[in-house]
Amino acid sequence: MINIIWAMMAIIGIVFAMFNGTMEQVNEALFKGANEAVTLVLSLTSVLVFWVGIMRVAEEAGILRQFAKMSRPLVKRLFPEIPQDHPAMGYILANFSANLFGLGNAATPMGIKAMEEMKKLSQSDRASNSMITFLVINTSSITLIPTTVIAIRMQYQSAAPTEIVASTILATMIATISGIIIDRIFRKIRDR
Amino acid sequence: MIEWMTTISIWLVPITVMMVLLTAIIKKVPAYEVFVEGGKEGLKMSVSLLPFLLGMLVAIAILRSSGALEAFISFIQPLLSSIGFPAEVAPLAILRPISGTAALSVTSEIIQTYGPDSFLGRLASTMQGSTDTTLYILTVYFGAIGIKKWETP
Repeated sequence: MINIIWAMMAIIGIVFAMFNGTMEQVNEALFKGANEAVTLVLSLTSVLVFWVGIMRVAEEAGILRQFAKMSRPLVKRLFPEIPQDHPAMGYILANFSANLFGLGNAATPMGIKAMEEMKKLSQSDRASNSMITFLVINTSSITLIPTTVIAIRMQYQSAAPTEIVASTILATMIATISGIIIDRIFRKIRDR
Repeated sequence: MIEWMTTISIWLVPITVMMVLLTAIIKKVPAYEVFVEGGKEGLKMSVSLLPFLLGMLVAIAILRSSGALEAFISFIQPLLSSIGFPAEVAPLAILRPISGTAALSVTSEIIQTYGPDSFLGRLASTMQGSTDTTLYILTVYFGAIGIKKWETP
């Protein structure tokens, strides 16, 4: 499915540009998009090298095993396929807590490590049930303080820049819960 | 409460790093060597990530620059306003899961035009803050570990 979505995005854009007279912009955007990706990966590289390094130390020191044990009651229900005290559980909890405190930088490497551990469990280049649940929760973004938005609101002289925290948390919670429910429905359909 | 949370966020990373390194020394783990080994793995992840992210960002860039996305938004806007959805934030609702940078600039624009404390300003802020860029998350997480098939069989 992703092959079709990806190809269609580009095809629709190019065909539309033929009739809209925006071919020049499309031609420019092609290379700008590629450049943007390299810049983005470069900035992700520093974060990935640092955090994956630190997490390897945490793993060797046995901290991760401790984390996996702590997360068992919560994570077991959400990810029934992951065996008890598997390192994936530790990384999932680490990712969730980093997201919660708005440490997006640290959350991504931890999440990728969690995905990697889940890949070891499924031993396939296809997405597994646990991976899908994990990414559903990540896209609905469990955050307590939306720092970027607060910064923009401050920039435009809001009388109460943090006023939106409560509504944001409520919206995030609804999104996360709906995401999990929809994921469970799809999982039932797939497993049938 | 917010200031308190911000302080926690600032302290959390350095304290976490310190705790990890301290535990490593106590447990006699060769911290630097292990860190470097892990770092190499992180480097491999970002190399694996590049083609996935590049492909996706180029496709999104084509779609946006051609005007096709805008056309889709103006097509769907009247449908959304007919069910009471404010037309001003319709572009944001559609862009948010596709492109993080585009959504952020739309949010800033709405806040600038209508004011941060207006209903639309607060609505846009909530929409921007309460979710992440779906396509980016999927691309990064699947890309870094080399998952090519996004659905289970």
